[in-house]
Amino acid sequence: MSGAVLEVTDLCVSYAHPLGLVRAVDGVSFRLAPGERFGLAGESGCGKSTMALAILRMIRPPGRIDGGSVRLDGVELSSLSREAMRQLRLAGIALVPQGSMNSLNPVMRIGRQIEDALANHGVALPRKALNARIADLLSTVGLRGEVAAMYPHELSGGMKQRACIAIAICLSPRVIIADEPTSALDVVVQRQVMETLARVQRDLGAAVILVGHDMGLMAQFVDRLGIMYAGRLVEVAPVGTMVTAPRHPYTRALISSLPSLDRKGELQGIPGLAPLLRDLPPGCAFHPRCPLAAERCRREAPALRTAGEAAVVACHFAETAP
Amino acid sequence: MTELLRAEHATKTFGPLTALSDLSLTIDERRPAITAVVGESGSGKTTLARVLLGLEMPSSGRVLYRGKDLRTLGTEARMTFRREVQAIFQDPYEVYNPFYRVDHVLLTPVRKFRLAMSAAQRRALIEAALRAVGLQPEEILGRFPHQLSGGQRQRIMVARALLLRPKLIVADEPVSMVDASLRATILTSLRTLHEELGISIVYITHDLATAYQISHNILVMYRARVAEAGATDGIVTRPEHPYTRLLIASIPRVSSERNWGAAAEAAAAGPGGAGCAFMGRCPEGGAACAATPPPLFRTAVDRAVACYRYREAPELAGADLGEVLIGRPGAPPPDPAKGREAL
Repeated sequence: MSGAVLEVTDLCVSYAHPLGLVRAVDGVSFRLAPGERFGLAGESGCGKSTMALAILRMIRPPGRIDGGSVRLDGVELSSLSREAMRQLRLAGIALVPQGSMNSLNPVMRIGRQIEDALANHGVALPRKALNARIADLLSTVGLRGEVAAMYPHELSGGMKQRACIAIAICLSPRVIIADEPTSALDVVVQRQVMETLARVQRDLGAAVILVGHDMGLMAQFVDRLGIMYAGRLVEVAPVGTMVTAPRHPYTRALISSLPSLDRKGELQGIPGLAPLLRDLPPGCAFHPRCPLAAERCRREAPALRTAGEAAVVACHFAETAP
Repeated sequence: MTELLRAEHATKTFGPLTALSDLSLTIDERRPAITAVVGESGSGKTTLARVLLGLEMPSSGRVLYRGKDLRTLGTEARMTFRREVQAIFQDPYEVYNPFYRVDHVLLTPVRKFRLAMSAAQRRALIEAALRAVGLQPEEILGRFPHQLSGGQRQRIMVARALLLRPKLIVADEPVSMVDASLRATILTSLRTLHEELGISIVYITHDLATAYQISHNILVMYRARVAEAGATDGIVTRPEHPYTRLLIASIPRVSSERNWGAAAEAAAAGPGGAGCAFMGRCPEGGAACAATPPPLFRTAVDRAVACYRYREAPELAGADLGEVLIGRPGAPPPDPAKGREAL
């Protein structure tokens, strides 16, 4: 598949810990088609946010990327200089971080923050044209022009998140990574912000990686979904298949643990706790919590294998009906 | 006296801001129920919880505990109130003193309310409460808060409330800081308490889906007022207030059919005027809406809606939401006569 805009192959990230090296991302591979919306979902601590940072090469010590490659339009990112990588962030791959409230500078007006982003990436425009560009960006994300002159504290959560999207798209990136962009917002505002993100992304033709734990949000927004558990991808499938016929027992547990408006019944949690990354169980990392676990699962970690159309799953018993 | 707690036209303002406006609600001891209060941030849910718990006194109106105003409760009655009405808060990290073992939060109420006569009895009480919420006492007691997960800590809070055999638990966003997979466990333990011990629960949440799963009744709040109240299934399947409809349509569903429209970026919140607070976003606002906020209209035995679209229906008697709330199966139903007097 040469048409991929982003190609992640065998990406590994580790953190140094007094008790040894902790693998937070363990050999993750996926490809993103232009304009595609891809979701990365899992419980907290499964490595999904680390993935997002690793793609942008923003892992800081004690963490480090210790293997694998990330290619944007065929260009290997690890071969880029620090400066080239800095230019590529935002211009090539933009991040809408978790908790917009914390990512905006509280003592700088919104317009000035967009201006900074542009200036930092070599966009030099005369004042009038610059103001027009900022007003244009704000209106694209559904904000009034006056917002440019406002400080973050004058905006609601939803408006701040829109401002973050405006910054993320100011250089028309090829890929937008949105890390739980709406986790602090209530559902009505969440829907509005996600619909804005969807429209903007379509107009730009950018691909999106949506990182999060809300399977409902994933089902509504992404085209294809990857489920992470203990630093690995355990299932990747088109989102429709994933919600109607999940193959990995963890995916099934994740979906049924979500309270839904469509079926009322016993609330089911996922038994047990997510494992500690520095002390993973042998074999399949999910086996202590898995209803299908057998002897083989305790010995042998399942590899990702093809399962149906455009889908892969890492489970010895993926064919076993639930 | 079957009336445990009653809010009468309770309004709470903070300076120019009205956080809670004209709320009347009776919680009847004979009709234990789980009542969810849902709404966006800033809609007044937490203020409602704090007013019911007596942590905030209403700026106007009053809250009565067994017929007596919370403001003038005597020492003894206040102690009973503190025992019968328990709180569970949002953050299971903040309520613990990190220097004490978790036993401390369980021992304190036992001592304070003299629930046990001996150390052995104390231990037995605490162990029973922990087991009731699905925890193994030997895994919990003697540990420090940082050695336990958020889900375990929150369940200890439920156990602490349970120790006191309360009649009412007000739980303010008890699961919003807990991982999705653990939410179910905590909510299930709350529901078990209600079912087995007949404890009423006011469950404050922004998550309509969990409210649907565990509650009998839902109060939908919008900007300090109750927009709609009634039996859970009816509200979720046949919402009447335009805000409730918007809320339900906005919930992302785990389904291969997408319920989110591609282009329907819903109207943003406008400034509130003198009339209905939802008017700026409402697709069907009229002249009446701009003048005064709509009262609660009783559209069914188990439903009240604050919207002029339902002005044909009688106004809710005394505006008391307790009139439309149902209890668990077997408890007396709401009294339709009270709501239909005007007909």
